[in-house]
Amino acid sequence: MTSLPTPSSNQKKLGLVIDLDTCVGCQACATSCKEWNTQGYSAPLNDRQAYSASPEGTWLNRIHGYEVKAPEDEQSRIVHFPRSCLHCEEPACVTVCPTGASYKRAEDGIVLVNPETCIGCKLCSWACPYGAREYDYDHGVMKKCTLCVDRIYNDNFAVEDRVPACVKACPTGARHFGDLGDAESKVSRLVAERGGYDLLPEMGYKPVNKYLPPRKRSSEKMKATPSEPETMSEGKSRVDDFFRWADRLLSR
Amino acid sequence: MHPAYSVILFTTASGAGYGLLALLGLVGFNHGRASSLWFGGTALVIALGLITLGLLSSTFHLGRPERAWRAFSQWRSSWLSREGVASVITFAPALVFGALWLGFLDEPRWLGLAGLATVLMCAVTVFCTAKIYSTLTTIRQWHQPLTVPVYLAFALATGAVLLMAIASVFGLYQIFQAGLAVVALVLTLVLKILYWRGIDSDPKTRTIEAATGLARQGEKVRQWEVPHTAENFIMKEMGFVVARKHAEKLRRTVMILLVLAILATVLTIPSATLAIPFSVLAFLLAAAAAAVERWLFFAEAQHVVSLYYGTERA
Ligand code: SF4
Ligand code: SF4
Repeated sequence: MTSLPTPSSNQKKLGLVIDLDTCVGCQACATSCKEWNTQGYSAPLNDRQAYSASPEGTWLNRIHGYEVKAPEDEQSRIVHFPRSCLHCEEPACVTVCPTGASYKRAEDGIVLVNPETCIGCKLCSWACPYGAREYDYDHGVMKKCTLCVDRIYNDNFAVEDRVPACVKACPTGARHFGDLGDAESKVSRLVAERGGYDLLPEMGYKPVNKYLPPRKRSSEKMKATPSEPETMSEGKSRVDDFFRWADRLLSR
Repeated sequence: MHPAYSVILFTTASGAGYGLLALLGLVGFNHGRASSLWFGGTALVIALGLITLGLLSSTFHLGRPERAWRAFSQWRSSWLSREGVASVITFAPALVFGALWLGFLDEPRWLGLAGLATVLMCAVTVFCTAKIYSTLTTIRQWHQPLTVPVYLAFALATGAVLLMAIASVFGLYQIFQAGLAVVALVLTLVLKILYWRGIDSDPKTRTIEAATGLARQGEKVRQWEVPHTAENFIMKEMGFVVARKHAEKLRRTVMILLVLAILATVLTIPSATLAIPFSVLAFLLAAAAAAVERWLFFAEAQHVVSLYYGTERA
């Protein structure tokens, strides 16, 4: 059923909190996501022309890099930016689905695609503002982050391993997993402390996943020193002018 | 957005089919039984044929066409599902109407009602198709008040020109057919021009700064590193935007084709012998206009996800 479940009063909202301050863009989360999910719920995650000049494939997590800079800054800040399904509370990707293959789970808010019933019409990918759904050209169905639903409830795993593969893999601890519906949970407190934010809140999808902004550093940016104002030679000798010129040239 | 040929063929062919079918329903409602079995039969077969062709071609772009029947299940929330349901339901009144109109069923009392029901279902189906696009808030150029009227107008206009062409071939040409076609074509042209003005004047308020949430006071955000070495599905499907210059050219093409279709339709009026070639020409021109317009509808649409891939504004 692609109609959304009515949220309960203490609705569980499982999701991720991604710390943009500590993410180093190493791609460990993307790689371990691919590795886990190509054998798990979404198996197989296709690869095409894997050994050619332009290999491509279906990945459920993509790490962008952005440069942030004000015009007067000499240096920019580089921010690594992992992007995957945000398990939105109002996901139009679910309601547009004609088959019921896309659904939001009432019990924990995870958004899933049933690979047995998806017809591969791709409409859900059009409805997602965050580019979180990738079509599997070989399988003919839509793939997306499952929040590792096949790990987090897996009794065969040690308790500390019952987290999404990306969270487990992150070497800097930049990814946190938990219940964002519970204001007292570790992740919720982290969001409150660090000013965690939603992506494109004005779209109204109410993403569950939150991003923690990079911390401000005192020395993070060097301001460009304003260049010395051109002074007239004002009665000084030509030799002074020559040295000033040579100085400028050499200090370039 | 990537313009898939199967979707362009589907929406234009079925649009013309539904337009024609709706007009046949109106004719039946107004005049009773078809005056000629051959004309009526041919027109109905063409209308239903175009609709079926469109529906079949729409399944070609599915990854799993064999599961297409599942798309009828989610009509409570999904416009795509509603479109599927409406398109199938339309066959019921259409077939009953056809049998009554052509005289295979001798129940003249029901003819008008079946005709009206057919008209209604045709309109509902095209409405649902257009709603699939107009309800997507992720694509500014589709989430527009004129998206639905333009879809309906193109269906009516291509259907009206087609009706005139078929009637003239069967020697049943009448001036009101040309009049109706001209009115529908002019309406289409006006709505489409207003639509273009709408999307051009609509401020692109979504920015890469807002999408990433990274800019502090006065800062700009730029894509510094792409997340993958080759194009992925998102870039292929959502990353396609036609260059402004080409878009201008194609917009002009659509307008010229529509104006020529109007001229050809007008030229059917003075002479009965020229009615056949000019009405067929008018249909070809209108169909070409619809196809280019539909291609452009996709190619001009910019998805908000392009911001994450470095577009400054969308
Ligand atoms: S991020 Fe996209 S795919 Fe995930 S729930 Fe939100 S709209 Fe749906
Ligand atoms: S691609 Fe699959 S999951 Fe997405 S809308 Fe179509 S049927 Fe639903």
